Amino acid sequence: MRALSQRLHDVLPATVAGLVLLLPSVRAQDDRVFTLFLAEIERHGGDERRFEWDAQGWAGTDYDKLAVKTEGEWAQGSGIEEAEIQLLYQRLVTRFFDLQAGLRYDFEPGPGTFFGVFGVQGLAPYFFEIDAALFLDEDADFSIRFEADYELLLTQRLILESGLEVDLAAANSPEREIGAGLNEVELGMELRYEIVREFAPYLGWTWQRHFGDTAARAVRGGGEREKFGVTVGIRFWF
Amino acid sequence: MAMIAGFGAAVQAGEYRLTIERIDVVVAGRTETAIGVNGSLPAPTLHFHEGEEVAIHVTNRLDEDASVHWHGFILPYRMDGVPGISFPGISPGETFTYRFQVKQSGTYWYHSHSGLQIQTGLYGGIVIEPRTSETRRYDRDYVVLLSDWTRQKPQTVLAKLKKQSDYFNYNKLTLLDFARDMWAAKTEDDRGAILRERMAWGKMRMDPTDVSDVTDYTFLVNGRDPEQNWTASFRAGERVRLRLINGSAMTFFDVRIPGLPLEIVSADGQEVQPITVDEIRIAVGETYDVIVTPPRERAYTLFAAAMDRTGYARGTLAPYPGAEAEIPPMPPRQVLTIASLGPAHAHGSHGGHGSHGDHATGSPKEKKRHTDATHRDETDEETGRRVLSYADLRGVVPIADQRKPERTLTMRLTGNMERYFWSIDDKKYSESEPIRLQHNERLRIRMINETMMNHPMHLHGHWMELVNGAGAYQPRKHVINVGPGEIVDFDVTADAFGYWPFHCHLLYHMATGMFRKIVVGDPDRA
Repeated sequence: MRALSQRLHDVLPATVAGLVLLLPSVRAQDDRVFTLFLAEIERHGGDERRFEWDAQGWAGTDYDKLAVKTEGEWAQGSGIEEAEIQLLYQRLVTRFFDLQAGLRYDFEPGPGTFFGVFGVQGLAPYFFEIDAALFLDEDADFSIRFEADYELLLTQRLILESGLEVDLAAANSPEREIGAGLNEVELGMELRYEIVREFAPYLGWTWQRHFGDTAARAVRGGGEREKFGVTVGIRFWF
Repeated sequence: MAMIAGFGAAVQAGEYRLTIERIDVVVAGRTETAIGVNGSLPAPTLHFHEGEEVAIHVTNRLDEDASVHWHGFILPYRMDGVPGISFPGISPGETFTYRFQVKQSGTYWYHSHSGLQIQTGLYGGIVIEPRTSETRRYDRDYVVLLSDWTRQKPQTVLAKLKKQSDYFNYNKLTLLDFARDMWAAKTEDDRGAILRERMAWGKMRMDPTDVSDVTDYTFLVNGRDPEQNWTASFRAGERVRLRLINGSAMTFFDVRIPGLPLEIVSADGQEVQPITVDEIRIAVGETYDVIVTPPRERAYTLFAAAMDRTGYARGTLAPYPGAEAEIPPMPPRQVLTIASLGPAHAHGSHGGHGSHGDHATGSPKEKKRHTDATHRDETDEETGRRVLSYADLRGVVPIADQRKPERTLTMRLTGNMERYFWSIDDKKYSESEPIRLQHNERLRIRMINETMMNHPMHLHGHWMELVNGAGAYQPRKHVINVGPGEIVDFDVTADAFGYWPFHCHLLYHMATGMFRKIVVGDPDRA
């Protein structure tokens, strides 16, 4: 399995370069390539300096896109504690949803790990933004991440976004500090002010709870089963 | 004045020279770059005579391809000016000569059909004098070309729509609006209805405030912003003919002149039986000729409110230079209701889950708008103003081809609002096959608007005879608007050999796929 990982290391850059070069070839006027990059970077409240990022981008046509997702956490002293990147091909399959397939690579925690990714992302009825993915690791164990967000307009520019994330895993993964079963639920709220659509500062509030083995591991490691957090961040896209 | 064409008297009759180039213009106090023709924004008004053989030499001084399309003209398809369909386009530095006989009279316009250039200013009016003397008497004659101007590059506008389709809408319903509506509701039933309406829109993932896809516009009359105030002179009692042209990329206008009834004498260049109204909603691409008779020597404001109420175009009829009249307050913004979505909505393909069954009832105010082809003599419930309805339009002569349509061709107007691309029968232009018509066949085209946006549909090279109950006098148009959820029919005699576009005249709808190539007969053999 390490060999597979090594092989992926070797072919990935060439594959990405190939896809990027192919996309903007000559296309009909109604089938042009557009791009988006959207990121949120936030600082956690508390004494230690701790930052989180969450970003997504895509390049492609209405139906076919190459997408990138990355999220992670950096703390003063310990450096990058969590970091992952996903590289996906996505295809619009219904009016509101894309299917996504590709690779995820986790830099931290634990040793660098590859996953296969199969997901759906889009807008559900009543304006819920959904991002759900199934990850398959090198031992063929799967895990699931489900995210849903909802935006409530207080005014035209002041927007309250609520989010839910649920993580499940099929098997224990000690080196990544994850146990089998439901391992994490996170609820969050962000109050952002869109100075322009592309740039908005926000105040955030999160509640995170680990379950089962994951929680036990966290506690043993000196962490907590349940965490509240307050954040301040910026959201921008271009 | 806008009517004076920008080319010299030295040019012999029937020969016209247009040069497309970037020019500096001042809009809303800022100097900006426009695509002008002969140094002017809008392009100079062209004056033709019915029956005239014209040769129009168009030189492209841009660093990109350009074109000129003669909107509403009956002409050979190679002269129609649509790159990739009628001809290859005009390369930088090249001159293309359009040659055709002018076979009609009335008010038309011309504009670029390349990329998104129309948003940057390449549009101008055309006035064609009839061969026989005009049946309408009038003393003054003005072109009133309405348009929308943006500071942003049109490519940037489109990119923003692709990234966030509601990017430009700052008119959305907020939590505060919801609370206010609920507070104002008198009964439990009313509150229930408001809630159901909200839920119904949410279920469809659509926004009732999405009236125009693009805002941030400055609206122009003959290239002049509201401050610059385009002005036309008159004397009391004179009959003033205003040739309204909507040369916007995306904006419909509600046009009125407070204090003056509008006598409509032609629509899309074709004479109609006169009808007097207070207000006209003019769709993108349409033209209407109206005659007003100001009774007194005072200024009158020509007020054209953008349909989404984000601004207005303004001009003045003034008895002496500098005279101004009051600018009326902006009419209230419109919110679509589920109930006001027309019949096509029910069998629409919203996310592929068909009809939504029980629609919210008791919605606050169902506003019938003016393009409804079945209701005559519309009156705005709130203002009491008479507004033009398509059903009011009746030609002055019976249509030439009295044959009954041999078949009905149905086209569903479709799109993906969320991802911002538009289509016909769920296929973008690049995914579609051409539509083939027999030469000289008579057919009916049924347009079913399954979206919640207006689509002003434009057929090149042929008259679209609006089926509006006027029988033999059904009006001949070149743009027919299909409102949200509406079904509108037109008859056409496919008498023009060649390749012709049929498309939505909203620029970003056309550019993202709501476009078809129509092939009449076997043009390569003809």
